Amino acid sequence: MSEFISSNLQYLLTGISVGGQYALIAIGYTMVYGILRLINFAHGDVFMIAGLIMVYATASLPIYVSIILVLAATVLLGVIIEKVAYKPLRSAPRMSVMISAIGVSYLLQNCALYFTGGLPQVYPEIPFLSEKINVGPATTPMVTLVTPVLTLALVIALVSLIKYTKVGIAMRAVSKDFETSELMGIKINSVISFTFVIGCFLAAVGSLLYFTAYNSVIPTSGAMPGLKAFVAAVFGGIGSVPGAVIGAFIIGICENIMKGLGWTAFSDAFTFVLLIVILLVKPTGIFGEKSTDKV
Amino acid sequence: MKKILALLLAGCMAFALCACGSAPAEDAENTGDETTAAGDTIVIGVFEPLSGDNGAGGKQEALGMQYANSVQPTVEIDGKEYTVKLETADNESSTDKAVSAANTLISKSPSVVLGTYGSAVAIAGSDTFADAGIPAIGVTCTNPQVTEGNDHYFRICFLDPFQGTVLANFAKEELKATKVYCLGQLGNDYDQGLINYFKEASKDLDIEIVGDDDFPENNSDFTSYLTNAKNAGAEVIFAPCSISYAQLIVTQAASQGIDMPLLASDTWDNNTVLAAAQGKDVSVYISTFYAEGGDQEFEAGFKEFINSNSENKTNNGGNDMIAAVSVMGYDAYFTALEALKAAGSADPADVMAALPSVTHSGISGDIAFDETGDAVRDTAFIKTANVTNNVWDFVKVQQIAQ
Repeated sequence: MSEFISSNLQYLLTGISVGGQYALIAIGYTMVYGILRLINFAHGDVFMIAGLIMVYATASLPIYVSIILVLAATVLLGVIIEKVAYKPLRSAPRMSVMISAIGVSYLLQNCALYFTGGLPQVYPEIPFLSEKINVGPATTPMVTLVTPVLTLALVIALVSLIKYTKVGIAMRAVSKDFETSELMGIKINSVISFTFVIGCFLAAVGSLLYFTAYNSVIPTSGAMPGLKAFVAAVFGGIGSVPGAVIGAFIIGICENIMKGLGWTAFSDAFTFVLLIVILLVKPTGIFGEKSTDKV
Repeated sequence: MKKILALLLAGCMAFALCACGSAPAEDAENTGDETTAAGDTIVIGVFEPLSGDNGAGGKQEALGMQYANSVQPTVEIDGKEYTVKLETADNESSTDKAVSAANTLISKSPSVVLGTYGSAVAIAGSDTFADAGIPAIGVTCTNPQVTEGNDHYFRICFLDPFQGTVLANFAKEELKATKVYCLGQLGNDYDQGLINYFKEASKDLDIEIVGDDDFPENNSDFTSYLTNAKNAGAEVIFAPCSISYAQLIVTQAASQGIDMPLLASDTWDNNTVLAAAQGKDVSVYISTFYAEGGDQEFEAGFKEFINSNSENKTNNGGNDMIAAVSVMGYDAYFTALEALKAAGSADPADVMAALPSVTHSGISGDIAFDETGDAVRDTAFIKTANVTNNVWDFVKVQQIAQ
């Protein structure tokens, strides 16, 4: 038994850690969907840009200043994307907004390609997070343990924000009914901006954790984590924050167990098979609300 | 008002996209001599990944060609002096972009094409060149299938059956390995080819392959693979993969406290891999085409070329270290010039006919082609990452045990 644990602990640790990172991205997807009924395909790329900002910021600034700058700049980027690419299309058919999102995604990737020249950028080491520690028989960087704890703390903070604050109530109202809440005097635009602020802030935190563990940033770095976080959001029931988090942890852990079992070639396939199965069996996901909306 | 704003923003975006698209083209223009008339110019195509998983390596290979072009910008054919112009196309390290990049090059009507880094992309672009009747000289693509069964693809480097065997010999002789774990990218001809040849050679050398895993494209989490290696009791990890994965494997092995050596092939011979290993507790061994210190005169000139231009320096990974692929790029350019001279014309068909008998004494050794179009090579250099000084240390010249 102890041998079983000692040889498999590493998979579990990695799974939980990756799950936490997916969760932070997935929240951005699920919240934007909840409010705007838009699948923000550019979200994974915002995550990648956060990584690049960190790389370039640390070249001239101390690390802790850089971290704050990354968080601020990513939030700003998210809000700008919303104002420029989504807001003018608010009354347009939903498909137009989605195509606009895909356009933003490619724009960000190509800008990253232009600035990096296509070379992988080495992510800086964040002192505390990069330290090696031993958990029983497994050696792992500190970030593996910090990720799930930080993720859960942020999610609890977010859920209570949605539940108990004024802006949280406004968000819930907007997600229930767009027009009616506008009639009730809720400033739709600021609520939507706030949603993007939260989503991008969490994506920036996620990128700090993710790239500290896997420290190379390329223009397509955001694609795979973004896609998996999206699957996690659908799995948990898109629109539901706790659902996205639980979905992300399940996907992260299963993926690594698959690798541990030796089916490494299928670890990604598994994630997407899971998506198909969920869509067939329970299209609303684990915690999803029943709704007639279709994207 | 809103419409004007929207138009303006759309314009900005379009402009940004154009800027992205045109940047590599500018690079290409800088490399050639612009002042000559079209009639006196011979075009040599540079088919390299300037971005993507192997972007760092492709850039260094192209740098070698650009340096060679600056050393010898003209070629004399039948008593007439022609200016050689390099035209670059970025294949983005991707097999699905290879064909369109090849077509871009063909539209510039090159006499011969050099490249590409990464066998999978070379194989993907091969037929396009064949259909256009343009010969290609592979620089560091080591998979046998690149030249097999065609007349137009040649190559100046050693092959994977050789490289795989050399690495297996090295693992046995120097690393004293009896158990090896293999890791490669799923569906990548280069990775899988090398792993197969390594395995075949291992059978004769009594090396046991205790594990063999494939990772999917765009994967960045290697911790589970490294755990698999550890649990399987491997003594060496053999991971001949693309550069961007190499960086991740090195750092994750270090942070996970993996103490077995990482063994890899020519792709890993790159500054960015070395940078990833700096200051970490990890040992990396690679096989490559050339060891720094082989030709002082060439190296001094090349370093000056890199330092003369900040863009060159960035493309070389931020320092003036000489990568083996740059040396190979340099040799490939001169091999192409020899072929042009032997052909006596700039017509691709003549160059193709002349290539099989071309010989050239390059910096990396003598180059002569055998009947499949491969260079005859019998040595590889083994280097190891020095984690304190940010250099590759030369280990030994490895040949195959007879």
